[in-house]
Amino acid sequence: MPPFLYLFLGALAIVSALGVVIQRNPIHSLLALISTLMIIAILFIGEDAVVVGFLQIIVYAGAIMVLFLFVIWLLNLQAESGPTGHIVLKIFGSLAASALAAELFVFLGAPHFKVKMYREPPGYGSLESLAGKLFTDYLVAFEVTSVLLLAAVVGAVALARRIPDAAGEGSSDPRAASAIRAAESSPRVQG
Amino acid sequence: MSLPPVTVDLIAGAIKAVLMILIGLNLAIFLLYFERKGSALIQDRIGSNRATITGIGKRLGMPNLGIINTLIADPVKLFTKEDFVPDGADKFLHTLAPFLALFPVMITFVIIPFGDTISIAGHKFDLQATNLNAGALYLLATLGLGVYGVALAGWASNNRWALLGGIRATAQMISYELAMGLAIVSVIMTFGTLNLQEIVRGQGGVWFGFLPRWGIFTQPLAFIIFLVAGVAESKRVPFDLPESESELILGYFTEYSGGKQAVFMLTDLAEQALVAMLLTTFFLGGWQVPWLMRDGFHLPGGAFLAVPAIAVSLLGIVAFLVKVLALCIFLGMVRWTLPRFRYDQLMRLGWKGLVPLGLFNLLVTAFVVVATGSVQ
Amino acid sequence: MIPLTYMLSLSAIIFAIGVAGVIIRRNILVMFMSIELMLNAVNLAFIALGSRLGSMDGQVIVFFVMTVAAAEAAVGLGIIISVFRNRETVHADELTLMRW
Repeated sequence: MPPFLYLFLGALAIVSALGVVIQRNPIHSLLALISTLMIIAILFIGEDAVVVGFLQIIVYAGAIMVLFLFVIWLLNLQAESGPTGHIVLKIFGSLAASALAAELFVFLGAPHFKVKMYREPPGYGSLESLAGKLFTDYLVAFEVTSVLLLAAVVGAVALARRIPDAAGEGSSDPRAASAIRAAESSPRVQG
Repeated sequence: MSLPPVTVDLIAGAIKAVLMILIGLNLAIFLLYFERKGSALIQDRIGSNRATITGIGKRLGMPNLGIINTLIADPVKLFTKEDFVPDGADKFLHTLAPFLALFPVMITFVIIPFGDTISIAGHKFDLQATNLNAGALYLLATLGLGVYGVALAGWASNNRWALLGGIRATAQMISYELAMGLAIVSVIMTFGTLNLQEIVRGQGGVWFGFLPRWGIFTQPLAFIIFLVAGVAESKRVPFDLPESESELILGYFTEYSGGKQAVFMLTDLAEQALVAMLLTTFFLGGWQVPWLMRDGFHLPGGAFLAVPAIAVSLLGIVAFLVKVLALCIFLGMVRWTLPRFRYDQLMRLGWKGLVPLGLFNLLVTAFVVVATGSVQ
Repeated sequence: MIPLTYMLSLSAIIFAIGVAGVIIRRNILVMFMSIELMLNAVNLAFIALGSRLGSMDGQVIVFFVMTVAAAEAAVGLGIIISVFRNRETVHADELTLMRW
């Protein structure tokens, strides 16, 4: 892709990533993360990894982020008001991240980090070549991943389940339980 | 003209993209008209027939077909209404949601092929706005993105019934997305390619001398699954629970008025048109006219009718539009005939009905493809 | 093709922003989102290097990273929901039960 397009997309990705970290409202953070994922998917497609790029949109931006959205709704998270965290933490965090970025720049730009460029074989990034690799060289990892996903589904359902207790209140939620007790014990208001 | 080929491709691509989006929007408007007058026909009433411009139709003795009502009066009414954001709602999200709902539907129109490759003045044009080699994956990606507009519309309205409609709509969409994906994967395996133009080309030719090789004959179960899942994805009756017009007012877009409500309704109708176009592309042969090859008609009796190349292309485009219109009318008739699903019935149909059927279809297709040796 | 340094530096910057997010933000959901940012930065580096080496291994590894991230997101969000149900908070500073 032409360099100016790449620079534009890169700048947009950095702004979106900053938006994820800086925003107070978690849904705005989520939207910023979705836009970052979409831009990274476009960069994947620009690097000839077409199938993986679309898979990124289908899996990450289309499914995992919806899961995040549902959890934000379930927990009813509002925008954070008031001071969030110690100022020393923010300064230290920013300094640490900048130091990490600087160290990575030094490592990746150094003259010894030269990658010998090979030409891409024909059909690079297509579904046939990806499937060819997955089902021959990486077959064991593929099968283990399917078991991992099964374990994750079982685990997520087990963790998020509400176990009905003996009184039939149906939840282990302290707020709901206390609200129900308060409502039951309050004096009835006369019509 | 001596423009470099890249520029010609770019201009042609831009024109085709705009053309496809306009076709999609026009189909949506046609569906809107069909919803007013066609439903009236089905329900044995008259429908809208009052709006006129200076009463000219009545003076000339023509019956009022409700065209001015649907195409001029309604849009003018919708776009001149006051545009407000409800109190306490997130203003940014409230304004963003209609755009997020419409965008994935619009960008999916560009991958649909409406004709074969033609050559004008020595330059080859693909009658498809963008010929993506991974077109079916792009389709799945944009279908997945359609969830966000609905979800954010429900959340950003600061209204518990809108939120309820939004949650139910999101759950419905992601459930039926899975069934749709399975149906698409079966079709991809049958034709061996992700490219939509190649899938349509693979539906040319005949079997036994007379039966066109359409997708519906090789994948009947996938057709049914895709039809049901597509109607559920576009949240049309009988799956319009999120928008239940008689129960939740307007469901997830209750708190929207004016232009934004028009955008949501347009999304609904445009997605229905999109599902019709996808059904045509995958199962009904797209732009393939039965028995029409590049040089003319090869009729079953052995007769041959020579047709010039430009007429072949035009016939293809007309065939595509006819098929899409027929499916749109069929979906409209389904809308006005069936009652609405309850939420648990809907979820049960999606997860316990369509997904196992889709997986079974996938398995059978895989066996057949390997057994007949069509895999390369 | 775009010089490799550009892609890797973009990946490094997004990774560093993710790290900053995990350290600075105290809302565990936003911390989780920053972890997803870090995973995506690494995916970008894998794809960039894979296409320059002409090998499909980069893309296969990204495929697996995406799958594992999906599994991890599901379980992690389940944990967050359980924590919220018991502690009524998603602020990391208030989850101090196991601190001595």
